Amino acid sequence: MTEHGRPADTARNFAQKALARAAGEEAVAVGQIVDARPDIVLSHDNTAPIAEIWRQFGQERVSIPERMAVTLDHAVPAPTVRHARNHAEVRAFVAEQGVAHFFEVGRGICHQVLSEEAVVLPGDVILGSDSHTPHFGWLGAFGAGVGRSEMAVIWATGELWLRVPESIRIRLEGVLGEWVTTKDVALTLIGELGADGALYRSVEFAGPGIEGLSLDSRAALVNMMAEMGAKNAYMPPDDDVFRYLAERLLARPGRRAGRGAEPGEAAAEVAARLEEGALHPDPGAEYAAGHRLDLSRVEPRVARPHQVDDTVGVGELDSVRVDQAFIGTCTNGRIEDLGAVHRVMAGRRTAPGTRMVIVPASSEVWSEALSRGWVADLAAAGAVFGTPGCGPCMGNHLGVLAPGEVCISSANRNFQGRMGDRGSEVYLASPAVVAASAVAGRIVHPREVTE
Amino acid sequence: MTGPVDVARPFRGRVFRYGDHVNTDVIFPGRYTYTKSRPEEVAPHALEDLDPTFVERVRPGDVIVAGWNWGCGSSREQAAVCLRYAGVGAVVARSFGRIFYRNALNNGLLAIVCPEAVDALEEGGEVEVDLEASAIRRGEAVFGFSPFSPAVRSMIAAGGLIEQTKRRLATG
Repeated sequence: MTEHGRPADTARNFAQKALARAAGEEAVAVGQIVDARPDIVLSHDNTAPIAEIWRQFGQERVSIPERMAVTLDHAVPAPTVRHARNHAEVRAFVAEQGVAHFFEVGRGICHQVLSEEAVVLPGDVILGSDSHTPHFGWLGAFGAGVGRSEMAVIWATGELWLRVPESIRIRLEGVLGEWVTTKDVALTLIGELGADGALYRSVEFAGPGIEGLSLDSRAALVNMMAEMGAKNAYMPPDDDVFRYLAERLLARPGRRAGRGAEPGEAAAEVAARLEEGALHPDPGAEYAAGHRLDLSRVEPRVARPHQVDDTVGVGELDSVRVDQAFIGTCTNGRIEDLGAVHRVMAGRRTAPGTRMVIVPASSEVWSEALSRGWVADLAAAGAVFGTPGCGPCMGNHLGVLAPGEVCISSANRNFQGRMGDRGSEVYLASPAVVAASAVAGRIVHPREVTE
Repeated sequence: MTGPVDVARPFRGRVFRYGDHVNTDVIFPGRYTYTKSRPEEVAPHALEDLDPTFVERVRPGDVIVAGWNWGCGSSREQAAVCLRYAGVGAVVARSFGRIFYRNALNNGLLAIVCPEAVDALEEGGEVEVDLEASAIRRGEAVFGFSPFSPAVRSMIAAGGLIEQTKRRLATG
């Protein structure tokens, strides 16, 4: 028995296993508070204000430069002198402290970039000063958001207290129908369970439905669990994930010392090592709730202003006119998303009075879309492109909204005023629905413009 | 600008009531998150997109009473800091977004889960919040809440997470 009164061999869920590993404990119980040592910590444009907090501690050096990842993504390239000064402070700090993983303006959004760069690996605990850090669950990692002060404390001490959360299990079955994506799955779940349906909890996906999901669409679903209040979310990593990371580690020898790849090593060996480090919940593990969703029954859904859980089927909306359509973000700015947009828009045009803004999630996505010829086709269809990064998602720049304007967006939040003026409105949907709405000038099902 | 109130001792203030799912974008708008961080910069924007007259009306020790999931959304710590430095002593809600909850306590803003108080307290009413007694009082009525752990109380007494960490590092 452990001191918390649970036998050490009790079946454990993912959150228990990940936090036990990060805390250096044999086993941890749900509700226990642990001092976790994260494998990776991320910050972005907020690195400079965090550094200002950290300097109050009087340390000359941060205690964990090898575990730090910094990405400039939230307002890039700098839209104002104040933003430019902030970026300059971030660069100076990163150089001064020898931060191991730094990604410049234009490389992309932190969550996408740290995935592409294989900075985060299965079984890791990653804490980020960004609320979408649960994203890394798509790789089988435990990702949770923290505040700026907490990040400064981690830089100084290498650890932070965390409560082992209750977990809920969501079993996915079946396959998605045509024009249906994991964004629709996420909006269905959030609509049913509420914006606080997973508050403080670990969301652990399971079931045969996962296997049929592409990697990009897994990331979108896990990412959106932040909008259900989840502390973290998790999908069991499979061979597709191990191979994705192995190839990327082999292209970057030296990344993640001890767990990375040696030059010339076979991809299968690297993948096998990643599999060994992965964590899976035990059969019979403790869950506070269980849900089941048949993917074949999901339909395209839209979240209405100003709440993510106010969702309706796209067909239930009565001719909502749109001024702007936005494709991008850590939720839906990947190559599969641009592919869906291309499928809908190539050879067609944005409706008069409707503009379309596309911001790829990373430079890799941007290059791939260029080489496939999609950028030329979409530009011909009337779309404009922004620098890879977060774009207008939180109202910084690159497509903010005027009073009274309506935007349909592939992002994750439709809070009042988030994308600009507080009198503007944001609807959330899948990339295909966003693209179709750009062509129609009002919110429609992709079938309406493609058939 | 009114400045923070000492929450380690009982304090009195008036109630400002808001609804469910009030997110950090309307508590502190995203358009300022990478240009304003210091308390004196962020406090004038508290609740700007929810209640534009809030900062003119709030006084030290005032209390926000809200429904479910207060502070959901972005991790921005300014959402807690702006309320604290505008003078708010406590947010009393049915539940909180988890990152806001941590940010609030780390900055000495009391985040209190107390559905009974949410049911009973009215806009503009006078209340007293007593951390030591884990109680909210309105006249004769007393609403108890689950006591904060000794670790959280000592952090608040120390002046928040940063001050506490300074001491911890100084003592090795």
